[in-house]
Amino acid sequence: MTEILVLVDHVDGAVRKPAYELLAIAKRLGSPAAVFIGAPDKADAAVAALTKFGADKVYVVDDAPIKGYLVAPKAEVLQQIAAQAQPGAILITSSAEGKEIAGRLAIKLDSGLITDAVDVQADGGAPVTTQSVFAGNFTVNAKVTKGTPIITVKPNAAAPEEAAGAGVRADVAATVSDSARLAQIVAAQPRTSSGRPELTEAAIVVSGGRGTGGNFDPVNALADALGAAVGASRAAVDSGWVPHTYQVGQTGKTVSPQLYIAAGISGAIQHRAGMQTSKTIIAINKDEEAPLFELVDLGVVGDLHTVLPAATEAINQRKG
Amino acid sequence: MNIVVCVKYVPDATAEQKFEADNTVDRVNVDGLLSELDEYAVEQSLQLKEKTEGAEVTALCIGPEKAADAIRKALQMGADKGVHVSDEAIAGSDAAATSKILAEAVKKIGGVDLVVCGMASTDGGMSVVPAMLAERLGLPQVTFASVIENQGKEFRIRRDGDVATEIIGATAPLVLSVTDQSGEARYPSFKGIMAAKKKPVETWSLADLGVDAGEVGLANAWTAVEQTTARPPRSAGEIVTDEGGSGAAALVDFLAAKKFI
Repeated sequence: MTEILVLVDHVDGAVRKPAYELLAIAKRLGSPAAVFIGAPDKADAAVAALTKFGADKVYVVDDAPIKGYLVAPKAEVLQQIAAQAQPGAILITSSAEGKEIAGRLAIKLDSGLITDAVDVQADGGAPVTTQSVFAGNFTVNAKVTKGTPIITVKPNAAAPEEAAGAGVRADVAATVSDSARLAQIVAAQPRTSSGRPELTEAAIVVSGGRGTGGNFDPVNALADALGAAVGASRAAVDSGWVPHTYQVGQTGKTVSPQLYIAAGISGAIQHRAGMQTSKTIIAINKDEEAPLFELVDLGVVGDLHTVLPAATEAINQRKG
Repeated sequence: MNIVVCVKYVPDATAEQKFEADNTVDRVNVDGLLSELDEYAVEQSLQLKEKTEGAEVTALCIGPEKAADAIRKALQMGADKGVHVSDEAIAGSDAAATSKILAEAVKKIGGVDLVVCGMASTDGGMSVVPAMLAERLGLPQVTFASVIENQGKEFRIRRDGDVATEIIGATAPLVLSVTDQSGEARYPSFKGIMAAKKKPVETWSLADLGVDAGEVGLANAWTAVEQTTARPPRSAGEIVTDEGGSGAAALVDFLAAKKFI
């Protein structure tokens, strides 16, 4: 069966959930073949984890010669593996880095690229994608018509499937050109973890906006009661109340959780573009004219500083 | 330093965006403007020019006749000259073809040290053109910059990522993209608006760039949109007004009914 390459998204060898989602999608299209570019001492654990979620093959590439050189070397590695494997498609997580690797790879392979798929299905072996465009107002179905389909897929596009694959390990000694190593990370300061779920992967997101007046405590407390991620509108980010990584919207994250709660966010197009495809939407706002109320399943006209703490207390009581 | 800033003419996101019968974005019947995210690229290009003796900024745009508006805005903000690639055969081009045309235009402009792009377009929003352009030009790419510093051709940028804030180093020539966190874009001054009228804008066709019309356009795209569907409008839900705790109660009841708690 045709191999479907999946570039594995991981942090220091710990495979992230979107990689398992891609394996589930790859299974619809052919035989899932994961590509793990990482440290050799983390490879065994990664191979085992990827096999458990359906990888028939795992290409293992030592990242020592390319660590810190951004995306160009990873595109070269994938190009070399693709030349050997002749895959039916190449799936990559739709992160900023994933999309850039995909962009370079598409030019190298003379192949069509589709980004930000929220679903991928097989149509006679060829992948058909679904994307959400124009601030979520339209759905687009597309196909790649040239070369090897390269598709970047958003987190939460599929559920991971725990069904063991053959898990054959293939170590690949990739060669990376000097020209791919011209941009380098010279310093990095890791973010301190909030302990909350990743914004783009969370099932529930609670976001705060201008209406918080800079006090995110009620938003954080409700998020923690619900096991949710915390997001924010651009107004809150531009005011310096929360870091830019919290921003939901056109120039921040696009989220599509089961439940999105917007507190003190009026709902400018900029923000709606990032959350409109959420399954269920709740808004709390003092202004009954807030445009976001047009989108909601439940709207509460009221002050978030009283509504949120009262709701949080009631939820915590229910949990006992 | 020779800086090229890529500017895109996009449908106004606050107007109604639609598709045409051939599933391409309707760019004719809607008002367009310079993509907001490209304004940040113009701003950073101008700031680099202002601190570098003899630097020049060229605004490069691909698009139909109306797209000249995007170049004009960049010139009003302070860019020195414009290049407008316009050709009927370009309509419906995908990201791969767009990057091909941009790459050939950058080569024709010649001696370019820095290509600056926005972080995404506000219509297509793929964020892949800078990477594709860098690949085609054989250059390093340094993307999603929130702070740009340079000493001559040595660049250091800051990127605020999800897991870390990184400082990335690279030597020009390179392709750079900037985020909306890089600093507010300036408004054109009256003087800038008047001066822009005298600034040179060249219009190039595909033939001028040596690009075969058979490599670009909708019919030669490497991807095909099979169908577009308007999302059904969300039906308005229940709106309650908080009075003495009724808002929180409604919220909690709703969450319980939907089994979120």
